Amino acid sequence: MPTVVRLRSAVCLLDRFPALAGVDLDVEDGEIVLLSGANGAGKTTLLRLLAGLIPLYSGDAAVLGCDLSRDRRGARRGLALVGHETFCYDDLTVRENLRFAARAAGRGPGAADAALKRVGLDAVGDVVHRRLSAGQRRRLALAVAWSRDPRLLLLDEPHAGLDSEGRALLDEIVRAAPGEGRTVLIASHELDRIRSLAHREVVLTAGQATLPALVPVPAPAPEKADVAP
Amino acid sequence: MSLLDEVRLVAGKDLRIEARSRVTLQQIVPFGLIVLVLFAFALDPDRGVLKRVAPGLFWITVLLAALLAVSRSYTIEADNGARDGLRLSGLDGPALFLGKAAAIAVQLLALEVVLAICVVVLYGIELNSLFPLVLATLAATVGVSATGTLYGVLAAGLRVRETLVPVLLLPVVAPVLLGATRAWEAAIDGVPSDAWPWVGLLGVFAVLFTAIGMLAFGSLLEEA
Repeated sequence: MPTVVRLRSAVCLLDRFPALAGVDLDVEDGEIVLLSGANGAGKTTLLRLLAGLIPLYSGDAAVLGCDLSRDRRGARRGLALVGHETFCYDDLTVRENLRFAARAAGRGPGAADAALKRVGLDAVGDVVHRRLSAGQRRRLALAVAWSRDPRLLLLDEPHAGLDSEGRALLDEIVRAAPGEGRTVLIASHELDRIRSLAHREVVLTAGQATLPALVPVPAPAPEKADVAP
Repeated sequence: MSLLDEVRLVAGKDLRIEARSRVTLQQIVPFGLIVLVLFAFALDPDRGVLKRVAPGLFWITVLLAALLAVSRSYTIEADNGARDGLRLSGLDGPALFLGKAAAIAVQLLALEVVLAICVVVLYGIELNSLFPLVLATLAATVGVSATGTLYGVLAAGLRVRETLVPVLLLPVVAPVLLGATRAWEAAIDGVPSDAWPWVGLLGVFAVLFTAIGMLAFGSLLEEA
C-alpha cells in the first residue's frame, strides 16, 4: 500500500511556540486513523500542516507524494479538510458555495448536487450560508470536502454540532471511505465512536505522537437475511 | 480548467456576493457621491474652480472609494475561514489574483459611471473628446484594481488590515491619480492629443502591476 502521509521529526511553530514538536507518522492508503489527545496536544495543528495551511518549520513532511516544504499546492489537489469553520461565504447559498468548491476542484455542478444530497441538505440548497444552523453548517463543510472527491480526507472534530442523524451520516461516509479509495484522518474527542470506525489510533501528547496503538478493525455488520416468519 | 475559467469562477463568486450583499450599491456609491458633494460645498463660491479641478476631485473620490472596495474584497474572505478555503481550493495564484482584481474593476467602473454623471451635473463640465477619456478611465481602473488586490492580500491576515491598506496603497497609486487627472483634463477642455502620453503611462502602470500581482499573489496568499 502506498504511503499517503509521511512525517519525520515534523516541527510546526505557532507564534514561536512548537505546537508540533517532532512528529513521526505514516498513514497508508485506505486507512482510517484516529488522532486523539488532550486539548492543545496539536491535533488541529497536525491536520492543518497536512492540509498545507501552516508551514513546516523543520523535519520532513510529504502528503500524497508531495513534499510540503516545496509543493503544498500539489498536495492540496488531492485532499480536503473539514475544520472548525466551513470555508464558505455567508452571502452565497448552500448550492452556490458547493458549486464554487466543486468547480475550483475541477468537478462539475453534478458533483456539488450529489454532495448536497449525500449530506441531506437538498432542502436548504437555496438558503444563504448565514442562515444555516450550526449543524447544517457542519454538514455543508462535509459536503464541500466530499464534493472535491479527495483521496485524503482530514476531519477535525467532525461530529461537533451534528444531531444523531448527522452523526450517523458522517459515520457512514467515513466507513465507506476506504472502499471509495480515500484515506481518512480524524481528530476527535469522541473516542469510542471513532475507535469503532478507525483502523488504528495515534495519540498526540504535547505536540508529539506516541507509538500508534493498534485498534482492531471492526468487522462489518452481518446483513440481515430475509427469513420468512 | 483553463486560466480564463478560473478567473471567471473567482470574479463571478465575488460579484455574486456583492450583488447579494449590495455593499457597493448601498455604501460605496453613496460614499463617493457624498465626497463629490462635499467638494462642491467646499468650492461652491467659484464654479470656475470646480470646473478646473473636477478631474482631480473625481479621481481622488475614485481612489477613496477603491480603498473601500479593496477592503470589502478581503473582508468576505475573512469570515468562516474562507481565505483558507481559497487556499485549499486548488485554484492558481494568477487566477485568484485576476479574478479578484476583475471583480473590483467591475465595481469601480460602475461607480465611475455614476460619479462621472454626478461630476457633469454638479460641477458643470463639458466633454471635449470621449475616446481618450474612456481609455484613460479603463487603464486607470485596471491599475487601481490590480494594485489594490496586490496590497490587499499583503495585509489580508493582519488585524490592522483596514488601516494599513490605505497607508500602503495610496502612495503607490499616486501615478494613477496624476495620469488619469491629466488625461481627463486634456479630454475635457484641453487638447485631446495631450491625453495620450498619460494614457500610455496608465497603461504601463496597469500592465506592470497586473504582471507583479500574477506572479506574487499565490505566495502572498500563502503567508496571509
